[in-house]
Amino acid sequence: MEGLGRLMKTYTYTEKKDTRSGFGAGLAELGRTNPNVVALCADLVGSLKMEKFIEENPERFFQIGIAEANMMGIAAGLTIGGKIPFTGTFANFSTGRVYDQIRQSIAYSDKNVKICASHAGLTLGEDGATHQILEDIGLMKMLPGMTVINTCDYNQTKAATIAIADYHGPVYLRFGRPVVPIFTPEDQKFEIGKAVMLTEGTDVTIVATGHLVWEALEASKVLFEKGISAEVINIHTIKPLDEEAILKSVAKTGCIVTAEEHNYLGGLGESVARVLALNNPTPQEFVATNDTFGESGIPSQLMDKYGLNSAAIVEKSLSVIKRK
Amino acid sequence: MPNTKHLEDLTIQVRRDILRMVHKVNSGHPGGSLGCTEFLVSLYNEIMVRKEGFDMDGIGEDLFFLSNGHISPVFYSVISRAGYFPVEELNTFRLLNSRLQGHPTTHEGLPGVRIASGSLGQGMSVALGAAQAKKLNRDNHLVYTLHGDGELQEGQNWEAIMYAAGKKVDNIICTIDLNGQQIDGATDEVLPMGSIKAKFEAFGWVVIDIEEGNNIEAILKGMAKAKSNTGKGKPVCVLLKTMMGNGVDFMMHTHAWHGKAPNDEQLAKGLAQNPETLGDY
Repeated sequence: MEGLGRLMKTYTYTEKKDTRSGFGAGLAELGRTNPNVVALCADLVGSLKMEKFIEENPERFFQIGIAEANMMGIAAGLTIGGKIPFTGTFANFSTGRVYDQIRQSIAYSDKNVKICASHAGLTLGEDGATHQILEDIGLMKMLPGMTVINTCDYNQTKAATIAIADYHGPVYLRFGRPVVPIFTPEDQKFEIGKAVMLTEGTDVTIVATGHLVWEALEASKVLFEKGISAEVINIHTIKPLDEEAILKSVAKTGCIVTAEEHNYLGGLGESVARVLALNNPTPQEFVATNDTFGESGIPSQLMDKYGLNSAAIVEKSLSVIKRK
Repeated sequence: MPNTKHLEDLTIQVRRDILRMVHKVNSGHPGGSLGCTEFLVSLYNEIMVRKEGFDMDGIGEDLFFLSNGHISPVFYSVISRAGYFPVEELNTFRLLNSRLQGHPTTHEGLPGVRIASGSLGQGMSVALGAAQAKKLNRDNHLVYTLHGDGELQEGQNWEAIMYAAGKKVDNIICTIDLNGQQIDGATDEVLPMGSIKAKFEAFGWVVIDIEEGNNIEAILKGMAKAKSNTGKGKPVCVLLKTMMGNGVDFMMHTHAWHGKAPNDEQLAKGLAQNPETLGDY
């Protein structure tokens, strides 16, 4: 195939870190650079890596206790007076538990709140399905005016945390618990709504978000060895979606695989499918959970069991190419 | 005590506004609106420190948050007559393309509104955030709120009540409209809440009773007492005992007018009981 005529761009890493630590580092930097940034937490300071911000800005930190609904309301109120509140708790308690508070007091009221959600998806691991939300992207993207971001590594999470402070409006920032390879450049500017082209290819487009981005890169290496040229695009912003990047890529490849740590219902894949249906109907396969809850286990075991890994991306790529 | 004649006149005019607004669109909540008319008239025209005009941040002035957003008719009437937007706009209440939505919202940019409310139980948390922003901004002004008594059945309130005392948010005065009624009947029948006063006190609040919550002098006196209790390390709660439907005799002593509009005949009767004072919109 024509893509094999040149070398594939490959990504390596020297270090693995958790994306939540990227959030903590970004928040700490904001504490030093933006006096309007305030942080709130519902009794999960350590899990959200907020200690540095708190240590350096104790007067700008609000420990709410185990009361997420109250936290969302207080965050909305803090914007009245010019503050930029960053709320921190697990993704499940950042969304499903407080949907109506976000809907009325934040989204409908157009409040400049940054909802920062860790431990999203299956990779929360051993705590099990009560805590492993796989519906949060859908919940948040359905809210008018809400920006939805799901970052892929430490550097990108740090950059996104800093970038959203400069954007006026409600944002849902989703990240996770496990350590994952750091492969995006430390100095890469984070542009909300702008996809990042990782490897160019001609046979299949792979659009991935969050922890699945590294898996997509791994998959592209396997595909390359099979003689298939994959174009891997990192969609960190699910809403607003970079439609142009997706359409431009499928115009070249003619098929697409979407990959996310989320239910296929309501996730990135559905947003992509809508863009394609409206503009350029294209064969698509979904790497996502199949309308199911998760369960307890080691994160990597769970990702394997629920088909959220590079092998699944390879398999779906091979299937979708056949449908061209 | 200031001369309350202008507040009495305004109260009667606001009652007329409420009745005419809900009658026109045959929907809305006149009962609770009428019950809180004296309070909101007093709050906006005598109690709160307000700047000219409106900006969202409200730095350098007192703020008010309406948590029980369904009493939007009284809120809209009072804030329009306080100068936030033209009173003629009351004509658009609940109509298509209006800034006066069924429940208050910031979405259409109506001056005087800082948060959407309607889904109950959320206002106190928002007000606490605004109160804490004031502290960060070294802004010495107060945050006022109004809540229904039935609304206290929503659990989020108790998160907020616990937080306010625990974190010593002492620049807030939360008023509970104790009219003892909710949509399905008396609060004591729908879900008995016991002593609301004892509950707030147990959570560490200062509680001020205003027994005559439809009497302007009693309101001014009670709110002055509430204000004198701010800044002392504790949040302040005002229990405002009101009569739902106050000022319109057939709407009083019943929960029937919680969310029902008067017909033509009932409107005429209600208006006759409240002759025009400052001019209809």
